[in-house]
Amino acid sequence: MTVYLVRRLLQALLVVLAMSVIVFVGVYAIGDPVEILISPDADQLERERAVVALGLDLPLWQQYLVFLTKALQGDLGNSFVFNEPALKLILQRMPATLELAFGAMFLSILVGLPLGLYAGLRPDSPVSKGIMAGSILGFSLPTFWVGLMLIMVFAVQLGWLPSTGRGDTASLLGLQWSFLTIDGLSHMAMPALNLALFKISLVIRLTRAGVRETMLMDYVKFARAKGLSPARVTFVHVFKNILIPVVTVVGLELGSTIAFSVVTESVFAWPGMGKLIIDSINVLDRPVIVAYLMIIVLMFITINLIVDLTYSLLDPRVRLESKGT
Amino acid sequence: MSDATANGTAPATPRKDKVETPFRRFVSEFCESKVAIGGLIVFTAIALIAIFAPWITPQNPYDLAQLDIMDGRQEPGTTGGAGFTFWLGTDDQGRDMMSGIMYGLRISLTVGAGSALIACLVGASLGLLAAYAGGRTDSAIMRLVDLQLSFPSILVALMILAFLGKGIMNVVIALVIVEWAYYARTVRGTALVERRREYIEAAQCLALPTHRILFRHLLPNCLPPLIVVATMQVARAIALEATLSFLGLGVPITEPSLGLLIANGYEYMLSGKYWISFYPGIALLVTIVSINLVGDQLRDVLNPRLKK
Repeated sequence: MTVYLVRRLLQALLVVLAMSVIVFVGVYAIGDPVEILISPDADQLERERAVVALGLDLPLWQQYLVFLTKALQGDLGNSFVFNEPALKLILQRMPATLELAFGAMFLSILVGLPLGLYAGLRPDSPVSKGIMAGSILGFSLPTFWVGLMLIMVFAVQLGWLPSTGRGDTASLLGLQWSFLTIDGLSHMAMPALNLALFKISLVIRLTRAGVRETMLMDYVKFARAKGLSPARVTFVHVFKNILIPVVTVVGLELGSTIAFSVVTESVFAWPGMGKLIIDSINVLDRPVIVAYLMIIVLMFITINLIVDLTYSLLDPRVRLESKGT
Repeated sequence: MSDATANGTAPATPRKDKVETPFRRFVSEFCESKVAIGGLIVFTAIALIAIFAPWITPQNPYDLAQLDIMDGRQEPGTTGGAGFTFWLGTDDQGRDMMSGIMYGLRISLTVGAGSALIACLVGASLGLLAAYAGGRTDSAIMRLVDLQLSFPSILVALMILAFLGKGIMNVVIALVIVEWAYYARTVRGTALVERRREYIEAAQCLALPTHRILFRHLLPNCLPPLIVVATMQVARAIALEATLSFLGLGVPITEPSLGLLIANGYEYMLSGKYWISFYPGIALLVTIVSINLVGDQLRDVLNPRLKK
């Protein structure tokens, strides 16, 4: 196990390094670094001085080493727009994004599980067919358009929910959170639902498939034969067993939820790091772009690493297989 | 399993009589699902609209001479200064939304299908190579595939567009980079099974050149799953392009796809002028769903495990 752990850690480190090269080359070599790093207001003399100061006259590999050393010290440059460290800007907005992502995952289980359970227990009823058709729509509908439609219905026509921003926040562990206030929750409802839509469909399908499979198992038949009430069979015997895979998959989706929050945050003007990156790309605030990409890559690699390690703990075949190759 | 190589080398088989050819069987199996036929009809209609948009729209939405700012933000059904009815309303420039959507479909479909096609070529070639060469080539290519698939598509596309900037070509490049891995994985999986068959051995015994074995013998037999993946990926590409354009990272304002049309209507949404965003969204939705319905049925028909 230790050997596997070390190997896997080394692999992850290698990927981080590779991604840092890609991001570096992407931003510093494909784009014009002078234009990227020096304010467009600067005159010719200032430019030349800045080129030397920033080390842009050095060969590319040396520049990369400088970039890497600074990045390791947590210095990913200053934002042009805010004139603050890019890393700080992103970390400031991270709670908003995480809050939204976790809210969406919570919603997907809250809505998806009961619907999937119903569809699995009564596969032939018209309601179940409606649920399944709805889940196909959930997969096909473009997220951003659904967001707009939510705003149109609930904010413009009915006037029930606010359409933009985070609302009031309350402080917990030194960070600001919206889910602790009523106003914040009402601001969070639509974006979270929008972000959850895809996951709801996923949970419905997983639960339905799980229920249909589990209902045929011997232990369910036995529980029924014992004369247990259908409710007890469903909620204790069936439900417990489908919960584990469903929760696992939803957990795995955390990363992609955070990535797709870019879209939802833009629609609802949610001040998270997804909105920040889109704004930064639009105004070419490259240090923030680099910092965002590095952070999110790091996040993904960490999530993947944790998932792989958990799997190998649960399923020894994975470990043994990787030893063989 | 359809044996395309046999058909290719022996065209002598008479086709006029009612012998059940693989193609006929495929067609009749596809037609078993009414939903899929509906999807195919709708998609064909959409494709025709997109192709013939310049001849059937009441105005050219990007010819400024034909636009009248006085017609701006008209509700659906009003008749404008030029004398025709705006069935789907107009946007802030006085542009007929119906014409705008038809032109937008052209761009969405071109970008979606074009990028899917290029990604298919790149991905299928690399997948074939990985399966046929094996060893280090295989593990190098598949490592790359695994690495890329561990990141969500929107993130990869975002990264590439952050490097390259806006523009139709850049969107296509981003979509190709996002998608090739799906094709590569699919083709490699099938090709690994197929390359152990006798006909490959026979081709190798004949000392045919590698590229000929790959593309004339191996590839045709990997086509069924590839077609299914390609159909689904076209829908995904269209949706992703729309998302990127909505975020302002995709196509330029002069060549608006459906996603950009929706984005344009965003600011008018709050004042109740829903149609500027609503109808392009419906067009996008119908396109994606119809392609997915066809893809679903193709998957059922072409899946050898479900064969009766």
